[in-house]
Amino acid sequence: MSEYILDVTDVDKNFGGLQALSDINLRVKEGTVHAIIGPNGAGKSTLLNVIVGRLAPSRGRVLLGDQVLTGKEPHEINQLGVARVFQTPEIFPELSLLQNVMVPAFAKREGIFKMNFIKSLFSENEVREHAEHLLEDVGLIDHKDHLAGSMSRGDKRRLELAMCLGQHPKLFLLDEPTAGMARHDTNRTIDLLKRIKERGMTKVIIEHDMHVVFSLADRISVLAQGAIICEGTPEEVRNDPRVKEAYLGGEAE
Amino acid sequence: MSNTKIVSPKKDMIFMAILSAVVLTMPLWLQPFGAAYPDLMQKFMIFGIFAIGYNILFGLTGYLSFGHAAFLGVGSYTAVWSFKLLSMNVIPALIFGTVLSGLFALAIGFVSLRRSGIYFSILTLAFAQMSYNLAYSVLTPITNGETGLQLEQADPRVLDRMSGIVADGSLPTPNLFGIEGIGYSGFYICAALMLISFFIYLRIFRSPFGLKLRAIKSNQNRMGYTGFSTRPYLMTAFVISGMYAGLAGSLLAVTDPLAGAERMQWTASGEVVLITILGGVGTLIGPLLGAGIIKYFENIFSAFNDTVLLNAFSFLPDWLAHPVASLVGLFVGEGWHLTLGLVFMLIVIFLPGGIMEGISRLSRLVTNRGKSDSHENKEKEQTSAGEV
Repeated sequence: MSEYILDVTDVDKNFGGLQALSDINLRVKEGTVHAIIGPNGAGKSTLLNVIVGRLAPSRGRVLLGDQVLTGKEPHEINQLGVARVFQTPEIFPELSLLQNVMVPAFAKREGIFKMNFIKSLFSENEVREHAEHLLEDVGLIDHKDHLAGSMSRGDKRRLELAMCLGQHPKLFLLDEPTAGMARHDTNRTIDLLKRIKERGMTKVIIEHDMHVVFSLADRISVLAQGAIICEGTPEEVRNDPRVKEAYLGGEAE
Repeated sequence: MSNTKIVSPKKDMIFMAILSAVVLTMPLWLQPFGAAYPDLMQKFMIFGIFAIGYNILFGLTGYLSFGHAAFLGVGSYTAVWSFKLLSMNVIPALIFGTVLSGLFALAIGFVSLRRSGIYFSILTLAFAQMSYNLAYSVLTPITNGETGLQLEQADPRVLDRMSGIVADGSLPTPNLFGIEGIGYSGFYICAALMLISFFIYLRIFRSPFGLKLRAIKSNQNRMGYTGFSTRPYLMTAFVISGMYAGLAGSLLAVTDPLAGAERMQWTASGEVVLITILGGVGTLIGPLLGAGIIKYFENIFSAFNDTVLLNAFSFLPDWLAHPVASLVGLFVGEGWHLTLGLVFMLIVIFLPGGIMEGISRLSRLVTNRGKSDSHENKEKEQTSAGEV
């Protein structure tokens, strides 16, 4: 087992003539929070999509521990232990909150496919209690029987976090977990993410909000125009002139 | 009851008991509606099976198949062949009909499920029309083409002859160890099978498997990132619903042992879509209600003809009675599909959740009048089309 849980080596991604990612190298240590920041269109989401198997890289490879992720389907990558929350929450709007959290729990237990209709959901006590526990964790237990689609955006985001947490992923990818949230919602989410961090879960987080980044990240990579221009501790990144330039002297302060 | 609740098996057993009682006493309570004759009640059961099976696919996964009549047809042909070659006993006919339809669904599903949405619908439609045309022309040795596949005196019926049952004089009727597949006994055979099918269907709805199918309908993208491969799930749902259609097709042959190609035509596929939407897509008993209502009204409306209409409007002056009768005549008899189309349009526009949505709206209206303060809470729960 290598010392890095995520190992992205020499990854390129071209869309026709556009080079979205060039020569990306990213190593994330187990149990740390690694933030990827950068201006819009820098290729942050593309990089995430390459890691989870939504996009195939044009060159290079991605390792999770010792396992090669490149060329695998998203569901296979998830089964290996990579969970992801999306920029816009991807949940099951027509199911109740409780059911939303139960589905990933079944994935964890049953693998890619299992046909089982002898047992009723009602008697799946273990899964249900697990799901209720998760909802309690993110503060949504009071709404467990409500339809997920009827919740606010912040609640949907927390629900999605609970769904992913229930799978105990080795690597947790978060694409702008606080985008479009009100300030108090953002703070709640930061608290939640800090608590998760204490459990030793490795996270890669894409974020625009520097308040979030600097309160969570152990290391930061700065992406601009498809390339990593700087990597280091928050302190190093904050003082790096190239970063200031990429952000036009703006947000990084 | 809402879709979001996890229902206890005990409640389901009570529900099953009530449903069984309602179904088995149909010959009594359908009397006042003039629908208590065996042929029609058999149709209620058979199309009920067809529709609940279809609902496993369409209601749970959201995949709209326009080719389910093909499975119905395969079931019918297989059952008639089983009567001809093996035995007039319905058991082999039903088993072969169901299994063969399942295999057929496996093949069609394998190709069609590579696409989703409208492309999936078109692929299934194309397959069904292909099957129809094959049955109509190329496969005449198997299907007897235009005339339809029928029983004959000289059929081998190997198993029957071995056990010394020989048809003398008239054509033999399908039977379950002597219980005939026609008349009231035929209805009870269909009803028993419908209840068994419904029980399995209920279990699927309540199981983790059913939850995953609904999750696929709700957000297939998330399903992938949750570690599920959606294809095998869709495939299983498709094959199960194909087998339900095959069972329904075999039962059609049990109650009336002939099979024609028109059973596979796209209008037949469209009918089951209509039944399911009218009753309530994704609800438990919606498809059963839809099947009952459509078959009932088809029966009533088709019976009207010009003479009956003229009699009905005889209270009008002569110069008015004729035009009114001929105008109304457009909507009944042969033209009853026009009425069906209108009703269908009204349902889709005003009650997209079908009859079941109507029922749950009504019941909410009644309960909310009692306690208007809990209104806000109710709103948030958004109890969609009642599940039971």
